[in-house]
Amino acid sequence: MIELIIFYVFAAVLLFSATMVITARNPVHAALFLVLTFFNSAALWLMAEAEFLGIALVLVYVGAVMVLFLFVVMMLDINVAPLREGFARYLPLGILVGVVMVAEMALVVGAEQLDVGLTLTGGGAADTGESNTRLIGSVLYTVYVYPFEIASLVLLVAIIAAIMLTLRRRPGTKHQDISQQVRVRKADRLRMVDLPSERRE
Amino acid sequence: MNFQMPDFSLALPELWVATMACVILVVDLFARGRESAPAFYLTQLTLLVGIWLAIDAQWGRDAVTFSGSYVADNLAVVLKVAMMGLGLLAFAYSRDYLRQRDLLKGEFYVLGLLGILGMMVMASAHSMLTMYLGLELLSLCQYALVAFNRDSRMGSEAAMKYFVLGALSSGLLLYGLSMVYGVTGSLDLGVIREAAAGVGAQNIMLAFGLTFVVVGVAFKFGAVPFHMWIPDVYQGAPTAVTLYIGTAPKVAAVALFMRLIGEGLAGLQEHWELMLVILAVGSLAVGNIFALVQTNMKRLLAYSTISHVGFLLLGFIAGTPEGYTAALFYAVSYSLMAAGAFGMVILLSRRGFEAEEVEDMKGLNDRHSGFAFIMLILMFSMTGVPGTVGFYAKWLVLKAVIDVDMVWLAVVAVIFAVIGAFYYLRVLKMVYFDRVEGGEALQAPAGLRVVLAGNGLAVLILGIFPDSLIAACAAAFGS
Repeated sequence: MIELIIFYVFAAVLLFSATMVITARNPVHAALFLVLTFFNSAALWLMAEAEFLGIALVLVYVGAVMVLFLFVVMMLDINVAPLREGFARYLPLGILVGVVMVAEMALVVGAEQLDVGLTLTGGGAADTGESNTRLIGSVLYTVYVYPFEIASLVLLVAIIAAIMLTLRRRPGTKHQDISQQVRVRKADRLRMVDLPSERRE
Repeated sequence: MNFQMPDFSLALPELWVATMACVILVVDLFARGRESAPAFYLTQLTLLVGIWLAIDAQWGRDAVTFSGSYVADNLAVVLKVAMMGLGLLAFAYSRDYLRQRDLLKGEFYVLGLLGILGMMVMASAHSMLTMYLGLELLSLCQYALVAFNRDSRMGSEAAMKYFVLGALSSGLLLYGLSMVYGVTGSLDLGVIREAAAGVGAQNIMLAFGLTFVVVGVAFKFGAVPFHMWIPDVYQGAPTAVTLYIGTAPKVAAVALFMRLIGEGLAGLQEHWELMLVILAVGSLAVGNIFALVQTNMKRLLAYSTISHVGFLLLGFIAGTPEGYTAALFYAVSYSLMAAGAFGMVILLSRRGFEAEEVEDMKGLNDRHSGFAFIMLILMFSMTGVPGTVGFYAKWLVLKAVIDVDMVWLAVVAVIFAVIGAFYYLRVLKMVYFDRVEGGEALQAPAGLRVVLAGNGLAVLILGIFPDSLIAACAAAFGS
């Protein structure tokens, strides 16, 4: 009973904040509502005993992706008014797409169990009574060590490519030369000027 | 939890290349000068040692390790040796090109090497997860390399198109893989093979997943109707990068097909056979007909790639060990020809001038008759004239198709090959019979000339003595 109440509270906040993401006028507000959405869906996942996914959602999406989003929103100062133009014009198409999606989802959810010809084997966390964080940890560096290492190389490539494409020396840009700053001597920066003292009349 | 310690010695080639890529990244940082000479020589050394390691550690083995993620067999060895050999060639061609355009940076070698590592991972993949990760490793390197020349608008545009379309195709492939996983309940391709055979070809979910997998693979090959990216990317990328993209990744696409469909979903052959027939006929038609009207050499070679992919797919359609052998042989020999053809574009270019137009080939015979002869060999080989390796490539796939009683397909392929001969011969006409005023002597550096001459001779020699390469390809499929 208590679980049901908690579920409905989180689900209600989730739906409310998700609606606010697309209706808020201020993009910063929209981004913050997205954070709230992530938190609530993480809570729902925790209730579904998928605590690893819940924590990962908060750590990755809230901690990293959304912070980056906020940076971009604040730094670029996008004027959202032109983006909202033509809302009424695209509304019929949007409604059509929305209706099709709802209908398809209703068909999938309402259909009898899809016949895949095989029953899936292997139990989840509920069967063994172990937490799924522990289960993931026990296979990530053993059974899946090879894909895991390749994934790390994929990230390395992403880092190299991003730096290669953005870092370039352009003439005229101002940047610090630390070694020059350290090696500087008094004579380079300080110039003694003799000024004749003013005479009082 | 029963976990077996993986046999690291089996995966030595991958471990070696991965380690060396990191070493080169650091060495280049501290190396003096802007020529990146240490990075270049270390890269070539890495690939040479990698070839030796692949043969030494894996030839004649048939072992699965890393809990079913990694397989070492003859097919993996042949694929890896071809990939690393073609990478060696691509790097050798690209050095002078990049130097002339002030693009010579160590990152080129690091990204190129990691891309080759991605291909090697694909060649040895024994699980859908590893296959996908290898593919992504390769693709990410390719996207970055296409955008390598930051000041080129065409390069950035090509990279953007490639990135978006590549991501889309990876998504389609992943969707198909998830369906296959849903039906078979395993990522392990060996288990999938048995499970797929068990549920039979009539399972609708499996056929559904297979369709998306085929689409993803066709995208990576550049088979019609998933070929849209090829001409733009080939034209927009720096020629050295086009050379890289146009050669070894074709062998990687063969690995992708063989591991996922040829081996994993062999039980569904009646389904994918028909899909491949459509892809192959479409590629042959579009590739050869559109190439007729191209005036840009790189675009012409791009459409020629599409038509060659059509031929390559014929080998898969046969679905026999002989057919797979023919397809692998085709991929390797085509990559060798394509490397030479793009190398010729590099040879004729110089600082501030890209010999991209077909017109730029005019009067090559007057400028240097030796390289005109190399061009003759390359174009004859692409046409499929006897005496060159391209003839045996075409002959093997056609033989494989005729052996499974699909004579009409062979006839269609030959008709389109004849149409395709026109544009190859048009290039040769320009090389030999068109005069151009003030044709100056070639300026290319000696190293580039040696590599290109060697490449052209290899096409000729393999065309006269193809037996060893055919035998190696046949050994990959255990016959």
